[in-house]
Amino acid sequence: MSDNIIRLHYDIDADDFSSAGLASSGTKRMLNQLGFNPAIVKKVAISMYEAEINAVIHADGGCADVEITPEKIVVVISDKGPGIPDIEQAMQAGWSTATNEIREQGFGAGMGLPNMKRYTDDMKIETELGVGTKVTLIINVN
Amino acid sequence: MKVKDIIKILDAKLITGEENLELDIVSGCGADLMSDVMAYVKESVILLTGLTNTQVIRTAEMMDIQVICFVRGKCPNEDVINLAKERGITILTTKETLFISCGKLYSAGIVGRGVWNE
Repeated sequence: MSDNIIRLHYDIDADDFSSAGLASSGTKRMLNQLGFNPAIVKKVAISMYEAEINAVIHADGGCADVEITPEKIVVVISDKGPGIPDIEQAMQAGWSTATNEIREQGFGAGMGLPNMKRYTDDMKIETELGVGTKVTLIINVN
Repeated sequence: MKVKDIIKILDAKLITGEENLELDIVSGCGADLMSDVMAYVKESVILLTGLTNTQVIRTAEMMDIQVICFVRGKCPNEDVINLAKERGITILTTKETLFISCGKLYSAGIVGRGVWNE
């Protein structure tokens, strides 16, 4: 089905916290328009939104690439942030390096990565200290 | 329970989203941390929160939450209200605290059950 791929690209701007979520919002609307099952759309939307928020609060933004096929939806969020020193620790529910300022905005509860794992069928984190992080989220359609 | 019943129970004020007054609400979620909201997917849900920024609306949008009630008398700014309008999300505000609001709705039959709970 290689001729049946839709690709979306978004820049994730970190200057304005209130605009965070635009990439996930756009992707959700596209998936709805394409007629995907609402449960699948919700899984993509939530996991992508968490990843997008992470790029904003931890890495000064980045970009999102989405590949939509009838079989699966692949979301890649890349940033040039500080990287994750200990992925195992970061995956623990409740563990966070977010500042109080971020918590006051409703994030930094240490649930972002666990939520991404919860709603995806496969998740990959590639990270290098001082270089950046790439999170790949895969949601199977069937 | 309909949204209009919730307005009575919480003595709430409708800020925007009159079109959802007849909407049926079955479950509720009370949190100020949006990732906690996103940890449990529920259907026909009202979100009660003391946080009033745009990310509350975004979270609701991702979760297909159509009704938000701001507690402790909080009212979001115009940008947040406009985003809610754009997304068809109803906004209420009540003077009650988060704890009391959740208690009143729970007593009236709103549950906390999620649909994808393990």
